[in-house]
Amino acid sequence: MGGGTRGTGTVVPSPVSTGGPLAVDVHAVSRTHRGRRGSADVLANDAVTLSVEPGAVFGLLGPNGAGKTTLVRQLVGVLRPDAGTIRLLGHDVTARPADAARLVAYLAQEEPALSELPVGLAIETTGRLRGQRRAQARAARDRLLDELALEALADTPMSRLSGGQRRLAQVATALVGDRPILVLDEPTAGLDAAARRAVWDALGRRRTTTTVVLVTHNVLEAETVLDRVAVLDRGRVIACDSPGRLKALVSDEVRLDLVWRDEPPHDDPTVLQLRARATVTGRRWCIRLPAAEARDALGRLTAGPTLDALDDFTLATASLEDVYLALGGRDDDLERA
Amino acid sequence: MTSPAVLATAPGPWSALSAVYAGQLSRARAARGPLLFVATLQSVGILLLLRGVVDESSNATARQVVAGSTVLVVAYIALNLLAQRFGMLRGTRALDHYAALPVSPASVVLGTAASYATFTVPGAVVTAVVGGLLYDLPLGHLWVLALVLPLAGASLAGLGALLGLLAPRPEIATTFGQLGMSAVLFLGIIPADRMPGAMQVLRALVPSTYATDALAESLRADPDLGVVLVDLGVCAGAAVVTLVLASLAFRRAVRR
Repeated sequence: MGGGTRGTGTVVPSPVSTGGPLAVDVHAVSRTHRGRRGSADVLANDAVTLSVEPGAVFGLLGPNGAGKTTLVRQLVGVLRPDAGTIRLLGHDVTARPADAARLVAYLAQEEPALSELPVGLAIETTGRLRGQRRAQARAARDRLLDELALEALADTPMSRLSGGQRRLAQVATALVGDRPILVLDEPTAGLDAAARRAVWDALGRRRTTTTVVLVTHNVLEAETVLDRVAVLDRGRVIACDSPGRLKALVSDEVRLDLVWRDEPPHDDPTVLQLRARATVTGRRWCIRLPAAEARDALGRLTAGPTLDALDDFTLATASLEDVYLALGGRDDDLERA
Repeated sequence: MTSPAVLATAPGPWSALSAVYAGQLSRARAARGPLLFVATLQSVGILLLLRGVVDESSNATARQVVAGSTVLVVAYIALNLLAQRFGMLRGTRALDHYAALPVSPASVVLGTAASYATFTVPGAVVTAVVGGLLYDLPLGHLWVLALVLPLAGASLAGLGALLGLLAPRPEIATTFGQLGMSAVLFLGIIPADRMPGAMQVLRALVPSTYATDALAESLRADPDLGVVLVDLGVCAGAAVVTLVLASLAFRRAVRR
C-alpha cells in the first residue's frame, strides 16, 4: 500500500423540497435514563434540537454512549421524551406516540425478534404488521428479495446467515411497507462493500419518497452518503450541517498517518518533531497539522533514509472525525473503515 | 404550514395477531422440534414411572396422573419456553421491533402465546392417549382435550409471557419458567386430597389445576360435564387475566 490522498465520495443530489412539513422536527428533547440499584441517572439526550427536510439522508454521528440510540428510539415512538417535542411529517408523536409507527420503519442495531424466521417470512410478516394485506406483503417480499439479491436465501432462517447477509435481510424488513421515513441504526454494520452498495442503491431508488435518518459511527460512510449530519457527544448536538460545511470548519488542517515497520528512527529531526504531536497507537502515528507543514514533513521523510523505516503513510484532508475532535468530541470509538 | 402526511393504515387486531401467529409458528417448527420431543418424553416417562407406584384400584389417582402429565406438556412449552422467549426479547431490546410497528402489545402477546399453545397439541394428545391406555382409562370423552388445550395453553402462555416480561434478566426468566413448570408438575400430578393445606391453597391459585381437573373428570366412564365446564370457565378467566397483565408488562418493559 502506498500513500494517497482521500477525497469525499459523490453525494446524490437531494430531491427538491415539496414545501410540505419537515420530515423530522425535533425540538429541545431531553431524556434521562433512571439509574438502577443506586447508580446515578444518565442524561442521555440534553435539549436536542434538529430538523430533517423530506427526501434527505440525515446522519447522527457520535461514539457509543453519545445518545444516538436513545434519540432514535424516541423518534420511532418506542420511548417518550421527558421534555421537548418530536414532529414527524407534521404529526406530533410526543403527544401521540402510536402515530410514529404509521410513518416510520425502524431498523434497530440488532433484530433478535426475527432471528429464527426464514428471510422471506420475516419480510412478509413485517409487511403485514405494517398494515399490508397478505397478498401485498408477499408481492413486496418478492420485490425486495430480488432487489437485494436475497432470493437464494428466502427460506433460510435469519440465524443461519452470515452477519453481513443477516444485516442485509434486516434492511429488507425495514424497507417493506414503503414508510416515508426510515430510521436505521447502523444499517451497514458488518456488510461487505458489495452489500453496502446494494443498501445505498436501494435507498437511492427511494429518494423521492423517503427520508432516511441514519445512525452511524463510521465517519467515512457519513462523509459519502449523508446530506446533513448532526454530531452528538454526551447527549448534546455539538454540530449540525452538511459534511462539506462541517469539514470547512477545520479545512486548514490535514491528517498525516504514518505506520512504521519497526521502531521509528529516533535520530531524524522530522520524526522527533512529529512524535511530539502524534497520537500513537502501536506502530501507527496520527498527526493533525496545517497542510503546508504536513507536505514539508512528508517531503523530508520520503526523501531521506527514513522512508525505509515506513511501512505505510497517508496524507488525508480533514474528515468528519477531525471536525468531531475539533468540536471537543472524544476519539473513543468512531470507525474509519 | 401545510397539512401533515397521511398516516399508513395500521393492521386490524385480528390480522396483526394472525401475522404474529404465523411467523411464530414457523419459528417454532424450525427451532422447537427437539424440545417438543423432550416435553412429550418427559410426560410419557412420568406416566411409565408412576405406573408401578399407582394402586390399580385407585381410579382417581390414575386419572389425576394422566391429566397432570398431559397438562405438563402444555406447561413445558407454553409456560416455560414462552417465559424464556419473552425474557430474551426483553433482555435484548427485541421488543422494540414490535413496539415500532403499528400493532398492540396484546396482538403480539396473544399471537405468540397462541403459536406456542398450538405447538403443544401433538405432545399433549400423545400423552393423554398413552396415559389412557397405560392406566386402562376410558378415552370416549377425550374430545374434552380439544377445549382443555386452548384454554390451558392460553392461561399458561399468558403466565409464561408475564413472567418473561417481568424478569429483569433473561436468566431470571428462565428460572421463573422452570419453577412454574415444576409447580404445574407437582400440583397437577399429586392428588389434591394427599396435599398439605398450604399446597392446596397454591393448587387453587394456578390455572393449570383447573385444566387438569377438567381433563381428569373427562377420563371417567361417565363424566359430569357441568364440572368440566366450570373448571374450563375458571381456566378461561385465568387466561384473560394473565394475557391482559402480560400486555401491560410488555408496555412497561419497552418503556424502560
